[in-house]
Amino acid sequence: MLELKNITKSFGDKTIINKLNLTVKDGEILSIVGPSGAGKTTLLRCITGLEKVNAGEFFIDGQAFDPYTNRTNESVIGVVFQNFELFPNLTVMQNITLAPTMVLKQSQAEAQKQANELLTRLALADHADQYPYELSGGQKQRVAIARALAMKPNVLCYDEPTSALDPNLRQEVEKLIMGLKADGMTQIVVTHDLTFAENIADEMFHVEPNNSK
Amino acid sequence: MHYILEILPSLVAGAGMTLKIFIWTLIGSLPLGLVVSLGLISNFKPLQWLLHFYVWLMRGTPLLLQLIFVFYGLPLVGIVFPRYYAALFAFILNYAAYFAEIFRGGLQSIDDGQYESARVLRLSYGQTIRKIVIPQVIKIVLPSVGNEVINLVKDSSLVYVIGLGDLLRAGNVATARDVTLVPLVLVGVIYLLLTAVTTFILGRIEKHYSYWK
Repeated sequence: MLELKNITKSFGDKTIINKLNLTVKDGEILSIVGPSGAGKTTLLRCITGLEKVNAGEFFIDGQAFDPYTNRTNESVIGVVFQNFELFPNLTVMQNITLAPTMVLKQSQAEAQKQANELLTRLALADHADQYPYELSGGQKQRVAIARALAMKPNVLCYDEPTSALDPNLRQEVEKLIMGLKADGMTQIVVTHDLTFAENIADEMFHVEPNNSK
Repeated sequence: MHYILEILPSLVAGAGMTLKIFIWTLIGSLPLGLVVSLGLISNFKPLQWLLHFYVWLMRGTPLLLQLIFVFYGLPLVGIVFPRYYAALFAFILNYAAYFAEIFRGGLQSIDDGQYESARVLRLSYGQTIRKIVIPQVIKIVLPSVGNEVINLVKDSSLVYVIGLGDLLRAGNVATARDVTLVPLVLVGVIYLLLTAVTTFILGRIEKHYSYWK
């Protein structure tokens, strides 16, 4: 379970997130929705430790942690970026095994075995030796998911998972996310697509533009 | 023809000095340039200022002048280099400055998203630089580095000013002694051969890195 308590984030004198409380239960999907500029992505960047919050606390399974400074291999928050941000100089296999071997100190064989399982599960088994530029958008996204899952995250976050893809791929993404949910993955999905959010979410969280200074 | 065979040994000996300076300058200045470029993009201001000053000094004065200062000037403050090492010292410092600026441009063209996706995968800064950033930067900067490398083949002729016998000097000596332009024509041909080989090798290196986009 991931809990946020009284999270506040401001840039200069502009408060983007004001004393926000949020809970994501294990194995559930939280959709964060709201108009653009409301701070959805900022909230996700705080949760994933890419931005430092000004105040508030984070808990995973009741344990306090600070995503911004946490560099241990516990309380890992996986991220699937809007543009996937695969490493273009590495093959699909290397993209997935890089962090497990360098950070988790898995052996190459162990990491590859795990990667092959992930690739098979995400219907990418034939693409292990390809480079990101050879993949379609949907395939890149699945590689990004596999790369995040290889670090055995407690929570997996997506930033606008449908926006960089063809509209007809939306249902594919839905299936993918629901499939991971069936495996017990806790997920947070930031999106501006309300229908998509409603289709997948156990909980919806609406971010409103914050006018208070 | 007989004359050509007569002067060829001295020209080849000169070309040997040219090659020695060329190769050792590259071996010294490429790694140094990389280290300087990492300093140029660091957030530590005093280091940045110092390195900017160094780059300004090296790019802002003629290499010829720098050679003279290293060989004739530094002994005045007690630092004495033999001719050959004075030449290498000046060339490495000068070329490292140019390479540092090229690498800085390459480093800054790497998207923040690459650093962020490495960060959420728990890779350290050093691992990110080594495994993700540098391979991408090398590919980006190869054409510009190639330009400087070709320049270096010809710039090496400046060492005549501190009395080193390189290719051009060998040609000059023969021309002055025998009152004919033939040695200088040969010198031109040898430079062309050297740059042709260099161009070929650079092309192969670029091709080596073309497996990804």
